[in-house]
Amino acid sequence: MIPGAFAYHRPSSIEEAVGLLSKLGEDARVIAGGHSLIPMMKLRLASPTNLIDLGNIANLKGIREDGGDIVIGATTTQHELIRSDLLARKIPILRETSLLIADPQVRYVGTLGGNVANGDPGNDMPAVMMCLGATYEVKGKSERCMAAREFYQGAYFTALEPGEIVTAIRIPVPSAGHGYSYEKLKRKVGDYATAAAAVVLAISGGKVTTCSIGLTNVAETPLWAEEAAKIVTGSTLDAATVKKAVASAEAVTSPASDGRGPAQYRTKMAGVMLARALARARERAGA
Amino acid sequence: MATSQVSITVNGKKVEQLVEPRTLLIHFLREQLMLTGQHIGCDTSHCGACTVDLDGKSVKSCTMFAVQANGADIRTIEGMVNSDGTLHALQEGFREMHGLQCGFCTPGMIMRAYRLLQENPSPSEEEIRFGISGNLCRCTGYQNIVKAIQFAAAKLKGVPYQEAAE
Repeated sequence: MIPGAFAYHRPSSIEEAVGLLSKLGEDARVIAGGHSLIPMMKLRLASPTNLIDLGNIANLKGIREDGGDIVIGATTTQHELIRSDLLARKIPILRETSLLIADPQVRYVGTLGGNVANGDPGNDMPAVMMCLGATYEVKGKSERCMAAREFYQGAYFTALEPGEIVTAIRIPVPSAGHGYSYEKLKRKVGDYATAAAAVVLAISGGKVTTCSIGLTNVAETPLWAEEAAKIVTGSTLDAATVKKAVASAEAVTSPASDGRGPAQYRTKMAGVMLARALARARERAGA
Repeated sequence: MATSQVSITVNGKKVEQLVEPRTLLIHFLREQLMLTGQHIGCDTSHCGACTVDLDGKSVKSCTMFAVQANGADIRTIEGMVNSDGTLHALQEGFREMHGLQCGFCTPGMIMRAYRLLQENPSPSEEEIRFGISGNLCRCTGYQNIVKAIQFAAAKLKGVPYQEAAE
């Protein structure tokens, strides 16, 4: 499969990339790892006439601490997330999630920025970012920050305006000793989730003090299951509470019926993934 | 259509060529450099038959444009043989342990296993299976591929290969 013809641009700074994007207009696309865009181009589902490669922009890469946050450059790859000792210590759910994305070769090239900015409901990181309360740093004509929880508007449809590029992902570091889990049901390696759930919680004196829940691929957008998290907060994660939270999370899903199963099944699997994620997060939480 | 000049090191040799931006790396390797060792299997970044080693990463060359590889250092199966002409330990392992039947996936499998052993010279069976999870083989059932990689890992460390008890 051969993509349509395009002109190739390889800027060396963010400013240059944004300038090109504004100058070249709607037929220009930015490319990072390209593992969503290139398959689309090969199928001619995307035919940009200009490609702006972000691969040569050094300050779009890297993982650093900034106050109580961790800031990850948009073109940082999943492989780099997996290898980061800092993330393993501070936000281990990112490593757990990255290891469930695609396969080793794709993870060497696929980027965090691409994963969150593409708007594909099958991508895993958006729900995790909603769960963690991350914000996306965006640059176009001006700079702004957007909350992950307000970023996703529909399948492949986000709050990103034409001419804007996600430059970094800023994540508040969860409390030390927090429990976490990303549970993903998939048919095989490399598949998108049939359903998946992200949980981050803190436990003190046997009770949940804070909890946040994200759900992947069970609606047109990733979901932040705010009500379900509220039900869990203050509880001891007893069976009755978990059952109520699962029902609440299931109620906000609206999956498509597709090769991964009928909608009803996928909703139930979202519930099963949430119950497992809550249990595992609890095991991992320090008292 | 405008072409771009790329300069890429392939199997230790620097090549400079003109490419159309839409030329995929696998087509560049196979059709411009006539390095037909890496195969096009699924053409959708699933099967791993086109895997090359690029700047210390295993990359599916059907999902990268040759222009993106400008300046990169690439190794393909043609560059695996030892400088004295003997087979690389992985090639030997695949032969000795019958790690292939039809052979279509083998060059991609070996290039992936090469990077895996660079990063982890003593992988467990589970780590090998996880490490090659982006490479599909429709003949072997993977059993002998895992053994081939274990054979190579042992040989590269200079210890005798011992097959695990079944």
